[in-house]
Amino acid sequence: MSKIILAGAIRGAHLVVNRVEKKINEAIEKFGAGKTVELPNTGYYLPVIYGILGEKISKLEDMPKIIAKCRELLPPEPSSDLWLPYLGAGLDAGMATLWAYDMEEALKYLEDPLPYLVAEDSTDDQLWLGAADDVILRKRGVEFVDGSAPGFAAIVGAAPTNEIAVKLAKELQEKNLYVFLASDNHGKTMSEQLREEGVQLGWNTRLVPFGYDTSAAIHAMGFATRAALAFGGVEPGDYKRILRYNKNRIFAFVLALGEVTDEQYAAAAGVINYGFPTIADSDIPQILPTGVCTYEHVVSNVKYDEMVEKAIEVRGLKIQITKVPVPVSYGPAFEGERIKKEQMHVEFAGPKAVGFELVTMKESDEVKDGLCEVIGPDLADMETGSRQPLAVMVEVSGRKMQSDFEPILERQIHHLLNGAEGVLHIGQRDIVWIRVSKKAKESGLTLEHFGAIIHAKFHSEFNNILDKVQVKIYTEEAKVNELLELARNKYAERDARLKGLTDEAVDLYYSCTLCQSFAPNHVCVISPERSGLCGAYNWLDGKAAFEINPTGPNQPLEKGSTIDPVKGQWDGINKFICGASNNAIEKFNAYSMMEDPMTSCGCFEAIAVLLPMANGIMVVDRDFTGMTPCGMQFSTLAGSVGGGQQTPGFVGISKLYIVSKKFISADGGLPRLAWMPKHLKEFFKDFIIKRAQEDGLGDFYNMIATEENCTTEEEVMEFMTKMNHPALTMDPML
Amino acid sequence: MDENINIDEASCEMIKKAAEEGVEIVFDRAAKMKPCPIGAVGQCCKNCMMGPCRLAGKDAEEKHGVCGASLGVIAARNLMRMIAAGTSCHGDHGRDMAFTLLAAAKGEAPGYEVKDVKKLHKVAGWLDIKTEGREKNEIGIDVANACINMFSQQTGELAYIKKAPKKRQELWRKLGIAQRGIDREVVELMNRTNIGMDQDIDNLVMQGFRCALANGWGGSMISSDIQDILFGTPTPIRGKVNLGVLKEDYVNIVVHGHEPTLSEMIAVVSMDPEIIKYAESKGAKGVNLSGICCTANEVLMRHGIPSAGNFLQQELAVLTGAVEAMIVDVQCIMSSLPKVAECYHSKIITTNRKAKITGATYMEFDEHNAVESAKEIIKMAIDNYPNRGKVNIPHIKTQDMVVGFTDETITYMLGGTYRGSYRPLNDAIISGRIRGVVGIVGCNNPKVATDDVHVALAKELIKNDVLIVVTGCSGITNAKAGLLVPEAKDLAGPGLREICETVGIPPVLHAGSCVDNSRILIACTHMVEEGGLGDDISDLPVVGVAPGWMSEKAISIGHYTIASGLLTIFGVAFPVTGSKEMSDMVFNKYADLVGGKFAFEEDPIKIAELCLKHIDEKRKLLGIDKAQERVLYDMEKRRELEA
Repeated sequence: MSKIILAGAIRGAHLVVNRVEKKINEAIEKFGAGKTVELPNTGYYLPVIYGILGEKISKLEDMPKIIAKCRELLPPEPSSDLWLPYLGAGLDAGMATLWAYDMEEALKYLEDPLPYLVAEDSTDDQLWLGAADDVILRKRGVEFVDGSAPGFAAIVGAAPTNEIAVKLAKELQEKNLYVFLASDNHGKTMSEQLREEGVQLGWNTRLVPFGYDTSAAIHAMGFATRAALAFGGVEPGDYKRILRYNKNRIFAFVLALGEVTDEQYAAAAGVINYGFPTIADSDIPQILPTGVCTYEHVVSNVKYDEMVEKAIEVRGLKIQITKVPVPVSYGPAFEGERIKKEQMHVEFAGPKAVGFELVTMKESDEVKDGLCEVIGPDLADMETGSRQPLAVMVEVSGRKMQSDFEPILERQIHHLLNGAEGVLHIGQRDIVWIRVSKKAKESGLTLEHFGAIIHAKFHSEFNNILDKVQVKIYTEEAKVNELLELARNKYAERDARLKGLTDEAVDLYYSCTLCQSFAPNHVCVISPERSGLCGAYNWLDGKAAFEINPTGPNQPLEKGSTIDPVKGQWDGINKFICGASNNAIEKFNAYSMMEDPMTSCGCFEAIAVLLPMANGIMVVDRDFTGMTPCGMQFSTLAGSVGGGQQTPGFVGISKLYIVSKKFISADGGLPRLAWMPKHLKEFFKDFIIKRAQEDGLGDFYNMIATEENCTTEEEVMEFMTKMNHPALTMDPML
Repeated sequence: MDENINIDEASCEMIKKAAEEGVEIVFDRAAKMKPCPIGAVGQCCKNCMMGPCRLAGKDAEEKHGVCGASLGVIAARNLMRMIAAGTSCHGDHGRDMAFTLLAAAKGEAPGYEVKDVKKLHKVAGWLDIKTEGREKNEIGIDVANACINMFSQQTGELAYIKKAPKKRQELWRKLGIAQRGIDREVVELMNRTNIGMDQDIDNLVMQGFRCALANGWGGSMISSDIQDILFGTPTPIRGKVNLGVLKEDYVNIVVHGHEPTLSEMIAVVSMDPEIIKYAESKGAKGVNLSGICCTANEVLMRHGIPSAGNFLQQELAVLTGAVEAMIVDVQCIMSSLPKVAECYHSKIITTNRKAKITGATYMEFDEHNAVESAKEIIKMAIDNYPNRGKVNIPHIKTQDMVVGFTDETITYMLGGTYRGSYRPLNDAIISGRIRGVVGIVGCNNPKVATDDVHVALAKELIKNDVLIVVTGCSGITNAKAGLLVPEAKDLAGPGLREICETVGIPPVLHAGSCVDNSRILIACTHMVEEGGLGDDISDLPVVGVAPGWMSEKAISIGHYTIASGLLTIFGVAFPVTGSKEMSDMVFNKYADLVGGKFAFEEDPIKIAELCLKHIDEKRKLLGIDKAQERVLYDMEKRRELEA
């Protein structure tokens, strides 16, 4: 019965809080109370404490008051007879445990050497990754938003054998779930088991080894809490909404492997507060009645081969997976897998060989659905370690197919092929680069399977626009070269067509409410010259998505009559925004960040920020973790921009929007750009130079400061003056 | 001993002792008293002196009173007057509490204070009183005045109506029974039942409902709310019950009645070292406080002070010879107490000017001078200790219990500080683990199988997975039978047992005193608001039962329970059964009007059957009579969920 679990949880909570209190006191003694304590690159402090209590912990001296709050929550252990109700008390004990863990893990960042690797993936020397920073949160958060990651499994303990560990991990990966790993069972951890079996660990394969200690499991909860703050627009301290958001949006669960300790019970009780149930392999008691979680709270004695299915059912999760007929594992979790040279069987195209991919639309009678033909040698015929040419020609037909959709489908090939375990895919068009691992070849993978993947996934994802799909794969150099000419003509044609696609040239824009599963108050309006702020959806994507799913999150929006052509305001769009935001937002200017700008969810790629003294703006993307001239890091800025609010002077954008002709055109456009991170500036070098030429801005590219030139607004001013930046002589922005 | 008396062992000992010592007690009087058969069924009218008219006999239905009143009208007027009396009792209780709060907040009642600020804010919210940035006493004064105004309010509707589910509020407004002011509804009902006034049954019962609502969603609710503000909202706490809680070597003070104002102060003062020292100086080890009836419930669930028993144990406590003083306040105090006490050294101390008894010692309790009043009363009890004769406390093991299950407790215990809600309860009902909820409330009556009607009923229902909520004397009765301990889960059906084990609760939950029946209304409202169980209290698989009722308060409670939408089953007798027209009204037509109705049944097992039948009907209407399908959520479905 649950008394055993909750009594264990309460005992465990006392143990943890006592231990952490001691550690805090020791740290204060060692470093002094004023010592800064923080997790790497986050604007959310110690996220669980910040989210639930609204308390910002940034110094050691902030911690004792949280310990006092833990103690307020800690109940006595239930008595053996005549006990008082223990469920609520046990959940409170669990919450206290989470706060204590949040602090215990933060203290680890004061240790030297640092027990964690601050990176996306584990290395051979450093397995444990600790807390995810805000870059990872936002990047991965998008996958939770669009459903490509339906949830996460937090695994504590270790499987009885390495083989079971690998099987469990793979099954979870195949279900597209993230797997967060922490805590040991009698000294052994599942992370170590996976590493022993050569499984690649890190955010890129969705198998994230947080840490050896049970306390490291808090990083899963930190991620979940920050998702509510970043994407859900929840105010720190609004614990009701944080927890409801997690129950109803983040479909996570705990798998407890091996004997469950009091401390693990305490952690599990804490996690139940978030609506995340525990599924255990051991014969612990169960808590089956529902209500705090959506369904059961603790289910035990589950066999390993039923565990993932059971967990998904208990969490109330529905995952639709298209079965892809390949002899290797398949799913987005394998997209981030690396294939090192020594693991590689062959590589195709890339910098040193020719290759491309092309999707074209054909008449129905020209396409034989399901045809997957390999013209030339297949994987088995190729010498290991060799470099090969490759042409992937996909031909599709369908009554609703349009040539505009060709590039959309073509772009899918990247993640579709990458999803196969043992296949690495980089780039697109004629800059594609593919590697196939020895292991995959040994498993029986052939190039024909590439065709099978594309066929199966195109049908499942684009069923509404496609009727037939055939794939021809060429591996003879002469033929590939011959077809390449044809492909390049096609690419040029497309580029020319896209250029003519302006906001004025169309009557319909598209809404995007995909994020509303995560950011309930935000709506994107996507026009040809302004893609969604996540960077993942442009106008053509919106158009295709509407054809694919007419009742889905992308709906056509009649622009209606133009209210202001300069600011980009249309009455049809206003009406829509007003309704979609529950009358919170009455109007919106597409081309201004100063007056009624577009709202932001939490998934923006970059943020444009007014620099008032400079009479210009800066743009910072989420990969830049340093300080910016506006005095805030991206993570801090993001916290004040998201959540579906209009914040004049701040706007979340896609990176590509920077080089659009409509980039804050009402506020002066590109010439306002005074500062951006170096890597972003270099990424857009050619585009910026081209745009500057078109607008007669001369050597504008070099007038844009980066972190190498300055990090304060004063310094930006100096730099601008030195470079004679055009913004200095423009009309005042404010 | 009368074979009808089915009561706990400790009481049996004392009943035997009474017989041996020739002391007449309630059971003797009940045995001797043949209830008036005409009055029992509502056929007698003594509202004017043209009568009293007795409309008895085979042709009673055709008879009329001297004024021309039909049997139905007479039965209805009698019943309605009982409502008015009951509402006035709980109303006056609430009024006294409101004045105490006012005095405390003004600093005019030393010893009392706003203890539960959270509850104060909650109540202020219902009364549209601003709390932000305001000091607690400032808010307390406004809350007290707003409550006092609810008594004198003449028009509109009571603010507390807003606490009910929306659909129910609309129904009350539509029927014109939304209560305007507590005193006004009592006065109007008394007026309407006078000779030559409202003689249309359909019209009359509507005012009955309105007057009852002024109790349940008025006086009683004010009482519970303000008591929480002044003395703290109860949380689960352990306690002990039966006459064995009296202690041989201590000065035994028993508090009895209904209002906790004095008893709270006595509880505090009895711990005073000066008082303990004084007790020691008289040869006692200290002061042992215990309670009887609802005053016991109040101090039990806030301080764990043991309960010596319920209404029917009041004389028996005195019979132990160990009670130095029984301090009584209001309601349910037997006139016989001073007479029984005469045989021993015990002092019966009346304290409320509204409830004096000839032969008792009157020591007025003034809340403006509470500490001194309490000290004086306790000292008098201590002074009485040396006068003790032979002491005979039943050597039966006292029974343990866990009490204090208020609406707030339920919310907390089902999810803690951060996830507390009614969701797990609603889920348990929807899944069928809990089949339904039955409130067993009200008095004990020596006319029926005393304890057993409550206990047999509770046992039968928990066996059938029905969660029980008890208040008042029913609470103490079930406690004596050992049903209020968490281990009693083993007597429950598998579904209810699983819930008890999950949460750590007994299958029978003690929700407080008889004014705390209003807490059950709030709990029902939360069940509705939580979702999945319909949109009105009348949709819930919930029943109210008063199997051993005797007080007019029970009739008022029964009517507000019915007006709130619930089936309410009464045992003992029902005072309109002499009229077919009025029987049809209360047992059938009430349901058409307000969703709830009365049922009458004496046998506890048959009452349980009625409860289960009603619960199953409601479950069917809700579509939860069969297993619920598990909904799995994809991304699209998730967007429909609140976030």
